[in-house]
Amino acid sequence: MSDSRVTNATATGFQYLPPPRWVDGKPSLHQITDEILEPLERRPGKGWWICFSVAFAGLLNLAGMVIYLVANGIGVWGLNNSVGWAFDITNFVFWVGIGHAGTLISAVLLLFRQQWRTSINRSAEAMTIFAVMCAGLFPAIHLGRPWDAFFIFPYPNQRGPVWPNFRSPLVWDVVAISTYLTISLVFWYLGMIPDLATLRDRTKAGIKKQMLGVISLGWNGSHRTWARYEIVSLVLAGLATPLVLSVHSIVSMDFATSLLPGWHTTIFPPYFVAGAIYSGFGMVLTLLIITRQTMHLERYITVRHLDKMAKVSMFTGMIVSYAYATEFFSAWYAGNLYERFHFINRAAGPYAWCFYLMVLGNVITPQLLWWKSLRSNVAALFIISVLINVGMWFERFVIIVVSLHRAFLPSGWGMFYPTMIDVGILVGSFGLFFTCFLLFIRFLPMIAMWEIKGVVEQAKQPAAFTSDEGGLSETVHA
Amino acid sequence: MPRNFLVATFLDADHLLGAVRAARSKNFRIYDVYAPYPIHHLDEAMEIRRTRLPWITLAAGIFGLVSGLLLQFYTAILDWPLNVGGKPDNSTLAFLPISFELTVLFGGLATVAAFFLRARLFPGKRECLVARGVTNDAFALVLRKRDASFDARLAYSVLQESGAAAIEERVIEL
Repeated sequence: MSDSRVTNATATGFQYLPPPRWVDGKPSLHQITDEILEPLERRPGKGWWICFSVAFAGLLNLAGMVIYLVANGIGVWGLNNSVGWAFDITNFVFWVGIGHAGTLISAVLLLFRQQWRTSINRSAEAMTIFAVMCAGLFPAIHLGRPWDAFFIFPYPNQRGPVWPNFRSPLVWDVVAISTYLTISLVFWYLGMIPDLATLRDRTKAGIKKQMLGVISLGWNGSHRTWARYEIVSLVLAGLATPLVLSVHSIVSMDFATSLLPGWHTTIFPPYFVAGAIYSGFGMVLTLLIITRQTMHLERYITVRHLDKMAKVSMFTGMIVSYAYATEFFSAWYAGNLYERFHFINRAAGPYAWCFYLMVLGNVITPQLLWWKSLRSNVAALFIISVLINVGMWFERFVIIVVSLHRAFLPSGWGMFYPTMIDVGILVGSFGLFFTCFLLFIRFLPMIAMWEIKGVVEQAKQPAAFTSDEGGLSETVHA
Repeated sequence: MPRNFLVATFLDADHLLGAVRAARSKNFRIYDVYAPYPIHHLDEAMEIRRTRLPWITLAAGIFGLVSGLLLQFYTAILDWPLNVGGKPDNSTLAFLPISFELTVLFGGLATVAAFFLRARLFPGKRECLVARGVTNDAFALVLRKRDASFDARLAYSVLQESGAAAIEERVIEL
C-alpha cells in the first residue's frame, strides 16, 4: 500500500488514515454488478460441473445410506453398549460448529463495523445455513425412530399430558438450533433482497425474471426503506450475536451436565464456542479459496481477506489449545482418579492417534499462521484450512468416543469401530453441504453487491478515522 | 393511485447528496431518494426520522421471554410435574436457555415482519422503478409535484445546479 494512504498525523498522536481498500482497483458501480453477477449469467464452467457431480454423488449416497439406516435401525452403525454416541453426534457437533463462523462474520463483524466482512458475509451465511441443515440431520436419524421426533415439542397429548423435560440440555439443544437456523435464514434472505432486485432488473423477461420478482418483494431502492433496512440489520445482528454464543454453549451442555469423566467440566461452553469459530473459519477459508479460484473473484476476495480470516483462526485456535491444556491441568490438579485416568487414556490409550491428529490440527497448525508469508499464500492456506477441519472433527470424536469407551467401570469398557454406514453418512453429509453450496454460488449473488458498493464508494472519500490496521505501519509520525 | 413526480437522476452519490441538501435548503420536501446502496449521511440530509422498529423487537422479545417462562412453569410445575433425577419441579435456572431462545426468535421474526409491513415489501409486489439502473449504478431524487405550493421552476434550477444528469416529470405510482 502506498504513501498516499497517509494523509495526516496530528500532534496529539491521533492518526487520520484513509479507509482501507477491500476491493482491488477502482471498479465502477456498474462494473461491480457485472463482475459479481457474471458467474450467474453464463453457463457454469467445467470446474463447477466436476465439483457438482462429485458433491451430488455424495448426496445420493447419503440418501441411500439414510434410507438403509431407517429401514434397519441404528444397529447398522458401530454403536454398542459402551459407546452409544459416536459418529452421529460427532458429525452433529462438527457441523453446528462450522456454522458459527458465518454468524460471526455476518453479525459480530457488522456490530464491530469491520468492512472486510462485506466480500465474504453472504457466502459465510450460506455456509451457516447449509452446515446447520447437515447438523440437524444427525440428531434426527440417531433417534432410530425419526418419525417420533415430534415428541420433543410441547403439544397437548393423550399421555398425561406428559410434557418434554425442560431441564434437559437435549431439549434446549433442539430449541436453540431451530432458532439459530430460522434467524440465520431470515438474516441471509433479508441481506439478499436488494441484490435479488439488482439481478431481477438485469434479467430479460421470462420465468427467471418472474421468480426473481416474487422473491425480491418489489424492492426499488427507496432510501426510506434503506434507512429502516440498516436498522433492522443491526437489530438482527445484535440478536444473532448472543444467539450464536448460546447455541454452542448449549451443545456443550449436552456433555457438560453429565457425570462422565472428560465431559463433566465447566470449561466446555467457552471452549466449544472458540472451537466452533475456529472450525468455522477453517471451512470459510476452504470454501472461499475454492470460490475465488473457480469463479475468478480475486478482486473481491483478496489476499487481505484471507489474511484476516487466518488471523481469526490463529487466535481462536490458540484459545482451543489453551482449553486442552486446562483440561489436562485440572485432571491432574483436581485429583479425581477417574478424571486423571481419562486424560492418560486420551493421550496414551487405544485412540491416542485420534488425539494426536487433533493436536496436529488444532494446536500446531494455528501456530503456522504467525508467518505472513503463509497467511498470504493461497495454496498453503488451503492446506491449513483442511487440516483445521480434520483436527476439529477429531476433537469431537475424541471428546465423545474416547470419553465413553472407558468410563468408570472396567467391565463396561469397549471399543468403537465405525462401519461402512458410519463413514458413508459422514461422507454423504459433505455431499449435501457442497451440493447446496455449489447451487448457491450458481444461482444466487454470492457477494453482497450493495455492501461492496457502499464500501467502495466510502473508500473514495479523502480521509476518515479508522481503527483498522491497514496503514498503521506506514504512517509517518509528523 | 398514480401521482405527479419530478425525478432527477444522478450518476454518483456525492452530487445526489449535494442536491438533497440544496433542495432541503430551499424548503422542498424530499419525497424519496432511490439508490443502489444506503448512502452515508443521507438520513440526516433528508431529515428522516429514526425508525421505531426496534421497539417492536423489544415488545416481541419480552413476549417471547414471558411466554417461554410461562410455558415451562405451567407444564413442569402446575400441569404434570415429573421427577427427573430428583431435581425440583421449579428449576427456574434450567428454564432460562429456552426462554432466551424464544426471546431471540420472537424478537427477530417480529422485527423483520414489521419491517416488511412498514416498507410495504411482499412477495409478488410489482416493483416500480423511478429511473433506469437505480438498483445498479444510478441515483434518483424524487420530489412530489403538488398543485399549489410546488415551485417547479425553482426545483428545476436547484436540481440542475446540483449536477443532475436528467430531470423529468413522471406520473407514476410510488
